[in-house]
Amino acid sequence: MRHLRAAAAVTLAIAVAAGVTGCGGGTSSSGGGSNESPKTLTYWASNQGPSIEADKKILAPELKKFEEETGIKVKLEVVPWADLLNRILAATTSGQGPDVLNIGNTWSASLQATGALLPWDEKNFESIGGRDRFVDSAVASAGKEGEPPAAVPLYSLAYALYYNKAMFAEAGITEPPATWDQLVADGKKLSKDGKWGLGAEGANLSNNIHQVFVLGKQHAADFFDESGKATFTSDGAVAAVKQYVDLMAEDKVIAPGNAEYAQNQSLTDFAKGRTAMVLWQAAASTFAAQGMKPEDWGVAPVPVRSGTPGTGTHTNSMVAGINMAVFKNTKNIDGAKKFVKFMTSDAEQKLLNKTYGSIPPVKAAQADAAFAAPDLKVLRDTLSTSAAPLPQVPNESQFETAVGTAVKELWAEAAAGKPITTETVKARLDKAQQTMQQ
Amino acid sequence: MTAVTTDPRAAESDRERSTGTGGARRRLPRIPDRIRRGGLPYLLLLPAVLLELLIHLIPMIIGIVMSFRQLTQFYINNWGGAPWTGLDNYSIAVDFNAPIGEALLHSFLVTCVFTFFAVGLSWLFGVAAAIMLQENFRGRGFLRAVFLVPYALPVYAAVITWAFMFQRDNGLVNHVLHDQLGLTDQPSFWLIGDNSIYALIIVSVWKGWPFAFLMLMAALQNIPRELYEAASIDGAGIWQQIRRITLPSLRPVNQVLVLVLFLWTFNDFNTPYVLFGKSAPENADLISIHIYQSSFVTWNFGSGSAMSVLLLLFLLVVTAVYLFLTSRGRRGADA
Repeated sequence: MRHLRAAAAVTLAIAVAAGVTGCGGGTSSSGGGSNESPKTLTYWASNQGPSIEADKKILAPELKKFEEETGIKVKLEVVPWADLLNRILAATTSGQGPDVLNIGNTWSASLQATGALLPWDEKNFESIGGRDRFVDSAVASAGKEGEPPAAVPLYSLAYALYYNKAMFAEAGITEPPATWDQLVADGKKLSKDGKWGLGAEGANLSNNIHQVFVLGKQHAADFFDESGKATFTSDGAVAAVKQYVDLMAEDKVIAPGNAEYAQNQSLTDFAKGRTAMVLWQAAASTFAAQGMKPEDWGVAPVPVRSGTPGTGTHTNSMVAGINMAVFKNTKNIDGAKKFVKFMTSDAEQKLLNKTYGSIPPVKAAQADAAFAAPDLKVLRDTLSTSAAPLPQVPNESQFETAVGTAVKELWAEAAAGKPITTETVKARLDKAQQTMQQ
Repeated sequence: MTAVTTDPRAAESDRERSTGTGGARRRLPRIPDRIRRGGLPYLLLLPAVLLELLIHLIPMIIGIVMSFRQLTQFYINNWGGAPWTGLDNYSIAVDFNAPIGEALLHSFLVTCVFTFFAVGLSWLFGVAAAIMLQENFRGRGFLRAVFLVPYALPVYAAVITWAFMFQRDNGLVNHVLHDQLGLTDQPSFWLIGDNSIYALIIVSVWKGWPFAFLMLMAALQNIPRELYEAASIDGAGIWQQIRRITLPSLRPVNQVLVLVLFLWTFNDFNTPYVLFGKSAPENADLISIHIYQSSFVTWNFGSGSAMSVLLLLFLLVVTAVYLFLTSRGRRGADA
């Protein structure tokens, strides 16, 4: 009996202990960062390379370098994109997260609103060499306008038109299209015998958003007004969404099967010569991995209505990219800033962006000759002259889901041969907008 | 047992009796004994109860609390600061004239239809296969093993394979239906649009029926052979035997089986999530995915919690009514 009672006591103690530790998180919200453990940092990197393992190999020597310079050991975890946002949300909620992390730049304003990330005010920017070191549009994609950014730009990307040179030559097309009319005309010439002009990822919500956002800009429409209120049903927004889906429904230059693509199948189709064009960001490494040679494809700016990319209605890309953020409640605030400074230093910026095929958001690094190669030059010029950040509003992530899903449903209808009219588009967007008003 | 007087406690109680404190006190010495005997089951249950509290009940209570707060991204860093909203989250969720309530109702109805067919077909396949495999024939063991494979496979691996098979352009399903059999004019979409609910039901039945099969096969072993022999002497055919002997004998097992299948299917998250991703097509927008979208994807945990609580209440009511009806039926049969 005594044994039993002892066993029960132990069980109870374990259960209570587990309960206490389990519920321990979630209260440390006030923390403004400390220097309690100055010798270690935890870093969540996003998956930038071909695989998680590849990323670990790429980053390991750099982290070693940082350790030699500062004596701070960085514990690295590369988090797949599918999990990253949920992991960040869990870390924010529980207060048990990494010190430094990568975020998709479109999440910046949403995460900024949680108040969990260190704001990069003038003083903090000074500690990493000043705000002026970074390209303006990249900093603009790191948080709400008028507030200190929630993160620092790390890698920048932009959309470009990738085209298959051999297929263009076969169809007698000499120049990549610069306007949408040209794109549709070329697409029609290319779409025959089971081959198609353009590829799309119809079931990928983020990709849908990126495309209709840019088309919206070209129709002088924003999906949010100045006060951050959703304006999905403006004439421009409706026209933009319709124009995108009409590439399948009306112009028939996109294969119906693309409506269900969400795992980059459109890139595979391109690499296998089944489609002649795709609109993508930094696709070169994927094409190479699928057996294409660099001379097989060409890169051109994404078409605009006028034919000449620029600002305003001549915008032809979102500012895509990865930002680096610091959790406010870190126990090594100075070390975290040092690490951000290291990762955004000219040398690391050149090296990492070269490896990942992205463009450095740091001006000095961007000037490097490596980023003047034909592929990257298009991306660089787009970023500096004709890219705009996605709406930096706290409910951006809701916008991606609501409008991204609306476009996905429209693709499904177009693929099933149902008519896509201004009314059907408007009805879908109206529904999306109403779910935002919570 | 005459040792009573040698026990000091008993002696004390004798003294108390003599001073007239009443019979109630007299039984006092035996209580520790009873606790010792009666307490043991509770002691053994204690770890389970504590873990149940920890894993199920406390999170459930936290979820219920969350459903009364406006827990959006502005407050997830500091839950305590989220404003109380009373029943706002609930009233938005059940306002079926507004888009959010309308979408929830739509999702609920889709889930009901899906559950009806998925559970019904799983049960039907399970019972048919179990009855067929009662006969002794060559390869019976092999078939049994094959039938259980879907149940043994990890859900993710199985469903992702189905997702590949349902692809429009390169999937096996369209290859057979369209390319080989020529049943359709053009390849159909399964993962988007109107057909998505069929894809969902097919995968769910494929995944769920082996469990029904396993349970029913075990139950069939318990039906005495003599009943069938007697029935066949009386001239009952195979269908009559199934209707008059097999099905009534399976009743208690069916009662639990259908309930369990219903709860699992209604709540299923893995199948639609792996098949369709974060945003399921309208025709296959199951409630679990819908709630996930209303909380994790849109960062509104209060609203998602309110919907979860409504789902919990619904399932509790259905379960209670079901148990009440079936147990009443059984009591009637027993009488």
